[in-house]
Amino acid sequence: MATRMSDARRTLNQSVRIERRSATLLAAPAVLLLTVFTVVPILFALTLGFTNAQLLSPQAPQFVGLTNFSRLLGVGEVTLHAQRDPQGHIVTAPNGDVVYERLNTYTSINSKYPNLRGKEEWFRFGENRQAGTVNVVVAGDPLFWQSLRNTLFFALVVVPVQGGLGLLLALLVNERIRGRNFFRTIYFIPTLTSMVVISMLWGFMYQPSGMFNKVLQHVIPGFQPIDWLNDTRTAMPAIIVLSIWQAVGYHMIIWLGGLQTIPGEIYEAARVDGANKWHEIRYVTLPGLRHTFVFVLITITIAALGLFTQINVLTQGGPLGTTSTLVYQSVLHGYQRQEIGYGSAISFVFFFMVLGIALFQRFITRRIDQ
Amino acid sequence: MNRTWRFSLPVAAVTLGLTLPLLATPAQAAGSQTIQLWTHNGGNKQELADVNAVVKAFNASHKQYKVVVKAFPQINYNDAVVAAAASKQLPCLLDSDAPVIPAWAYAGYLAPLNLDPKVVKSINASAKGMWKGKLYSFGMYDAVVGLVTRKSTLAALGLRTPSLAKPWTLAEFNNALAKAKASGKYQYAIDLGTGWDGEWYPYGFSPFLQSFGGDLINRKTYRNADNVLNGGKAVAFGTWFQGLFANGYAPKRTDATMRDNGLVNGSVAFSWNFFNQTQFDALKGDMIVLPPPNLGVKPVVGGGSWQWAMSSSCNAKTGANAFLKFMAQTKYFKMFSDTLSNLPVTAAATKVSKVFGPGTDMNIAAVLSAKYAVIRPPTPAYPVIAKVFEAALKNIINGADVQSELDNAVNQIDQNLQDNHYYGF
Amino acid sequence: MKLLFGLLKYAAAILLTIVFVFPLVFMVMASLKPDYNLLQDVGSIRSFLPVGPISLQNYQGVFDRVPFLRFLFNSLFVATTTTVLGLLVNSMLGFALAVMKWRGKNVVFAMIISTLILPFEVIAIPLLYLMAKLPWISFDGGLHLTQGMFNSYQVQILPFIANAIGIFLFMQYFKTLPKELEESARIDGASWFRIYARIAMPLAGPAIGTVSILTFLPMMNSYLWPIMTIQDESYRPVMVGLQYFYVNWGTAWGQIMAYLTLLTVPVVILFLFMQRFFVGSIAAVGVKG
Repeated sequence: MATRMSDARRTLNQSVRIERRSATLLAAPAVLLLTVFTVVPILFALTLGFTNAQLLSPQAPQFVGLTNFSRLLGVGEVTLHAQRDPQGHIVTAPNGDVVYERLNTYTSINSKYPNLRGKEEWFRFGENRQAGTVNVVVAGDPLFWQSLRNTLFFALVVVPVQGGLGLLLALLVNERIRGRNFFRTIYFIPTLTSMVVISMLWGFMYQPSGMFNKVLQHVIPGFQPIDWLNDTRTAMPAIIVLSIWQAVGYHMIIWLGGLQTIPGEIYEAARVDGANKWHEIRYVTLPGLRHTFVFVLITITIAALGLFTQINVLTQGGPLGTTSTLVYQSVLHGYQRQEIGYGSAISFVFFFMVLGIALFQRFITRRIDQ
Repeated sequence: MNRTWRFSLPVAAVTLGLTLPLLATPAQAAGSQTIQLWTHNGGNKQELADVNAVVKAFNASHKQYKVVVKAFPQINYNDAVVAAAASKQLPCLLDSDAPVIPAWAYAGYLAPLNLDPKVVKSINASAKGMWKGKLYSFGMYDAVVGLVTRKSTLAALGLRTPSLAKPWTLAEFNNALAKAKASGKYQYAIDLGTGWDGEWYPYGFSPFLQSFGGDLINRKTYRNADNVLNGGKAVAFGTWFQGLFANGYAPKRTDATMRDNGLVNGSVAFSWNFFNQTQFDALKGDMIVLPPPNLGVKPVVGGGSWQWAMSSSCNAKTGANAFLKFMAQTKYFKMFSDTLSNLPVTAAATKVSKVFGPGTDMNIAAVLSAKYAVIRPPTPAYPVIAKVFEAALKNIINGADVQSELDNAVNQIDQNLQDNHYYGF
Repeated sequence: MKLLFGLLKYAAAILLTIVFVFPLVFMVMASLKPDYNLLQDVGSIRSFLPVGPISLQNYQGVFDRVPFLRFLFNSLFVATTTTVLGLLVNSMLGFALAVMKWRGKNVVFAMIISTLILPFEVIAIPLLYLMAKLPWISFDGGLHLTQGMFNSYQVQILPFIANAIGIFLFMQYFKTLPKELEESARIDGASWFRIYARIAMPLAGPAIGTVSILTFLPMMNSYLWPIMTIQDESYRPVMVGLQYFYVNWGTAWGQIMAYLTLLTVPVVILFLFMQRFFVGSIAAVGVKG
């Protein structure tokens, strides 16, 4: 009895061993390649954030602890006082604004206040015109905070809009209309084309003398041409529109796949129960798409947070930083300005932010997914 | 068990296959020593032909060395060179945009050149790359921008034609722009080439800053930008520059249509830009290149174009140096200038140049460069300065506060100088 | 009512067609015009019409300026090799993750997900350092080791074979295969490799289709990496070739458009023919995510 049990266990153990060994062999090539060509560079990139490495420098990189991070994330506050004339009256500019002392007195790199050195104005608040004071929040890298906000804003708009439009397109080309295969292909074409190429083509359309302005001038009398990519109000929306245009076809196809797995019988059953078109979508289609929803949500989010190519080709983060993103800042510092240590610190923050967002999404969608 | 191992063979083969060469690396040719040369001329047929002509003549004149040319598209050439340097893969000979030479020399990637002192002396200052008193590079040509317009425009707007002896003052320049705008005949009074990114900003606009009396860095010590890039004169420059856009004289970002066609199709009255014989021909005698205006201290234009250098990792330095020596001959200076319509860099070459010689339309370029050119600051900090200045100017163009933008730029530059122990200055 | 609804749907579909093709029409038309006319036409309906001095001169200019066929061959070779090798290794790992029990599975899965997060631009420089150091076996009569693998096809291929999205999609797809297939094979004594090769892969058509597109297209469009690693023209891919048209502050717009047309139109035509297969396969995989 005892022998037979241990025999059985041995057989079982052997099959487990074989399974493990086979799995290891099957996994080995991809895991090896992924480790060497992706994981090691990522770890390398993240570690560099703790050094003062320069891309081209005769000095070997030194470990500098959290210096890059304190420069990146550091904030401070200064109260500025109004300039006064010899009689002690507050000086005002022709437009009525109070003229304050120069912020650089506090923030120059040789200033008396070590924790303010090298910081830049982020925003002002609490102006008191009678007392002649205003509070200025300064940050080591205000452009980082602006880029963070832009990145999140971009994702917040693109994720629902692109996902939603993709679904609408999928519903349209899932209808039994003539030529639906043709339409599916057409809507998918932008996805087949490189983002560099698409950015260049749209750059022409967005010119002040370009297509969009000319069309609007025909539609709206007296319309003043807008320099779409160089106006602080329109640059980011312009980038958003072209980004969605490029990628929406891909998500249409994904949704379409989801739609085709919903068995026809459920629709018939719903119709028998007297459901109208809207009820069908609300009670049959949408619940049937919950797995697809999770996939679309996470893939668009990760892609949106990594926004780079369009920015690099079209705006270089301008005007006034309104289209700058975290990845753009990381590449700008790490490569173009050759401060690879600092650029890596940005990557570090970015990596954990996206990881956090992805885990959070996974957490809240887990219930839908089950 | 057996099956597992039997099947593991193909798996192992796949893994090995990935690490085996897909195509064999060609073997080195025996005999002469090969010297690699990198150039930014990919896609630029004529200039590449010029380089090849020099290489061919050199190779024919020597037995020991064989120079081999690799051409890159210009727009990403610098990326390729930076990548090669970072991974220690630089070739023996390479060309490079002039202002980055000190950074490369400081970082130890370049070797000083050993040329005949008389030849060195004959080359214009703006075409030489110096670091710590040593010559690291020289250009076969230079480039220059000018204030380009039409004679008929000056007449129609009732403007004085400025001369080399008496360029426009700041007031005259402002007046010219105001009149051009008021005439209502042009989409914009002036195109400043703002659609170009990167090096154009320091190259095209730091001359205005210098003309006001400011600069990108303190050129006496090279240890700070404070008081130079954010002092009163620099702020005056910034405020004036911002006004060009706020007043609607210039587009904040020139689009491709205006940049490439603007002067000829008449959508702008003036253009602060490079100019060439084709434009002179298109405007049939109406085109005129004005000297840069004197905005305060002196008229200034930028100088310095592509230059040739030798890497320190080169294992055939004697041969590489011999090639550069061979290239620095008047006949080649003339060839690069004649075939490319680029500015010659020696007096001897200018005299015999077909395009720039005395009496030609383009002679003005040689005159402007000789009289007014200021090179971008020769410091290893230049790549950072260039990026910081570009960012600050773009913000100023878009209406940011001039003083605080320049203060920020100064702090970033000075921080970089401090972090790098002032690069040995 | 029903008819009206149907017409509305058609109108929407046609309007959307215009929205999605107009930049490409602009590209093709621009490729036929000289630079001056091209730029002057930008702001009008003319930019979508073959009007003005139309010619194929820009196409001639493209072939004159760059070795287009060489670049195209390089890109096709690199993209195809990467795709084929990628299908093999990614499906093997996807299979192991989806149906087998083994130690380290969770670690590997976490690793795959986290590699999705950082865009390639961010790891390009560390990877560059690495590629300069890695050994390579070269063959010229005898085998010997050399350091660094710049200026080659392999430098453009190796880093992109193993691909997190590919692994993920294969894994998801293999999870949906009926358990019974695998179990009956086990009872018949088939090895895991046999199950992978003879049962799982033959059923993985849709996943293969999807992963192929998702590997092939980005490889055809790769740009930053070849700029950093390829100095020799004979290994350069098409997107780097695009940069040859920007010279000394001047840009050959018409030739750029011709070059882009040469690159884009064949892909679109190929896709038109194969769309039933591709759309079907992406759909089949996306579904079960």
